[in-house]
Amino acid sequence: MTGLLIRGASVLGQSRDDIRVRDGRIVATGSLVAELDERVIDAEGLVALPGFVDLHTHLREPGGEASETVLTGTRAAAAGGFTAVFAMANTSPVADTAGVVEQVQQLGEQHGYATVRPIGAVTAGLAGERLSEIGAMARSRAAVRVFSDDGHCVHDALLMRRALEYVATFDGVIAQHAQEPRLTAGAQMNEGALSGELGLAGWPAVAEEAIIARDVLLAQHTGARLHVCHVSTAGSVEVIRWAKARGIAVTAEVTPHHLLLTEELARGYDAHFKVNPPLRRDEDARALREALADGTIDIVATDHAPHPAEAKECTWAEAAFGMVGLESALPVLQSTMIETGMLGFADIARVLSSAPAAIGRLEGYAAPVQEGVPANLVLVDPSARRTWSTDDLRGRSANTPYRGIELAGAIVATVHAGVPTVLDGVVRPAEEVATAASAAREAARG
Amino acid sequence: MKHLLSTRDLDRETAVSILDIAEDMARTADREVRKLPTLRGRTVVNLFFEDSTRTRLSFESAAKRLSADVITFSAKGSSVSKGESLKDTAQTLQAMGADAIVVRHHGSGAAHLLAHSGWIEAHVLNAGDGTHEHPTQALLDAFTIRQRCYGADSRGRDLSGMRVVIVGDILHSRVARSNVWLLTTLGAEVHLVAPRTLLPSGVETWPVRVHEHLESALALDVDAVMMLRIQQERMHDAFFPSAREYAREWGLTAERFAALGPDTMVMHPGPMNRGLEISSAAADSARSTVLDQVTNGVFIRMAVLYLLVAGSPEASA
Repeated sequence: MTGLLIRGASVLGQSRDDIRVRDGRIVATGSLVAELDERVIDAEGLVALPGFVDLHTHLREPGGEASETVLTGTRAAAAGGFTAVFAMANTSPVADTAGVVEQVQQLGEQHGYATVRPIGAVTAGLAGERLSEIGAMARSRAAVRVFSDDGHCVHDALLMRRALEYVATFDGVIAQHAQEPRLTAGAQMNEGALSGELGLAGWPAVAEEAIIARDVLLAQHTGARLHVCHVSTAGSVEVIRWAKARGIAVTAEVTPHHLLLTEELARGYDAHFKVNPPLRRDEDARALREALADGTIDIVATDHAPHPAEAKECTWAEAAFGMVGLESALPVLQSTMIETGMLGFADIARVLSSAPAAIGRLEGYAAPVQEGVPANLVLVDPSARRTWSTDDLRGRSANTPYRGIELAGAIVATVHAGVPTVLDGVVRPAEEVATAASAAREAARG
Repeated sequence: MKHLLSTRDLDRETAVSILDIAEDMARTADREVRKLPTLRGRTVVNLFFEDSTRTRLSFESAAKRLSADVITFSAKGSSVSKGESLKDTAQTLQAMGADAIVVRHHGSGAAHLLAHSGWIEAHVLNAGDGTHEHPTQALLDAFTIRQRCYGADSRGRDLSGMRVVIVGDILHSRVARSNVWLLTTLGAEVHLVAPRTLLPSGVETWPVRVHEHLESALALDVDAVMMLRIQQERMHDAFFPSAREYAREWGLTAERFAALGPDTMVMHPGPMNRGLEISSAAADSARSTVLDQVTNGVFIRMAVLYLLVAGSPEASA
């Protein structure tokens, strides 16, 4: 197979270098001369970052193919600069057995747009009653390390304790969707003056914070690893800050939409802004940005949640929760964190690549953009500006909340395991990517 | 005015003019022929996703007295996604030539969605959306208060200097929300009384005074007491311990009614739970406006349909 030469990229937004990719790896960096069989990518003015890793993606397959499939979801991921996604377990059937997680993993391999790492359900059928086949999933070909009932909270304290202890056996982590169910029955949006005025049932901050507080204490008690999904309130940040100061093994994620958007958007009853946890107050978004900057929040994860048009073209209470977010993740981060001076591109490499990979025990992302590491790369044009529209999406669903909003930064190229999945800002055709990925796998075996 | 979605959007001038037009409509009720030709050839659709015989009949009656063609569509219970059917149903009615759609829906924001989604061109009149607003109810309440106070001298007046106490389940009440915005816009002083469990969050930002005890509110010189219907099932969600306790603490009992000033009106949007939020002594007294509210509801709905569909007086001038 031919190699790639990326010329003149600003690596991590710092040194200016050429990068040579061969046989799925970065084989050289520095000042390089093009060879005859190489595809040359002119990266003048572009920033080279390690391929992004999303710890929280809903690919919907099996069962939800009307919204997304592994193919369309990983295509959207590639468009957003992601080379690995962790696929949430709330499919139908639920990913609570070795069979389902192996199937999802295999579909990812076959399509080649991104590495798909299945997340296993904590409880059978996400029912919150008994543990799923955690050991079987951990020992399967999919080698599951992240377990989550996302969409549902593991609210039973005893079950949560046992899950934390049990997955530790396999070096696993529980990714908790922190939502006290009784405090949020029928909840529609952030509880506050606006929910009172709009007549929409409130989702109080305490319902998230109370579960996080309980869970960090359980993590301390068991010595197991806890990961908190989509932190959305200033109070949650305080609890996590406290837990980290005590040395508790907790990590936390924030979504791009909670960094940028606030509850005010609910005012027009446009269900594209309905998400779980809900968009919060301006002071919450500010606290989340500060927590991401100071490391209290470890990573950014998209919670990419595709839904068909009819699930959003209805009254707020009837609409589905969730928004797509893979394609827009970097632009939102550039707009909220980089252009405000809160993070640099090297930090983006951490919060969007090496740190989520470490939490999910995904190899190959520890040392970004260096000789010898797997060639998972993304080229970002930081000078790009565009008014976001559904034309910018590459998945099957169009429920983006950013329509009409100007966002900074664009993905120009993505390379997954040495295979270009995006070039010149255009996602490469599925057949080309699948063929190249298959050839690369053969080469690696041979 | 293109739509009537909430009373929050109404300014004082518009609100007073709606009440004045309703006065004109009330006058026609005394005529031998009560029907006006105003909306002849126009089609008004009542789109009710939620059962409400009273409100539906009131709107039907209002539209018929204006000579509109009236179609009533009860879209309750459908196996398809309800959201899909809201869009599809609205577009179907549009295709049939609806000039105005009166919509009642269990989801907050449904009327707003119909008006702003781009699905339809028709005028949208909110006949109650979830726990959000019920603007014609507030307008008919304001009309009733004004008429009781000023009688034939009502025209052009607002409610300055009036004191209105609203009691009960404010949290889930679209009637309370619409009344808070409208009555304060009209210059009235609004007091809310409810246990804390039934107050919406952020109520401290509303232009009202909140009381936790009914006595302290009723001790003021009150022009109108508005009792809200309490849903019995609320007690199962621990909003209050029992119906008996609710009646004792928050109900307009015969004793509390007897202690009211001689001119204090007793209002209720109906249907009433006698013995729970209101005693029969209060409901059946001469100071009760319950039946006036029903009568006035037709005039208010005639006024609003006239304004929306026939065009505002300024526009036609």
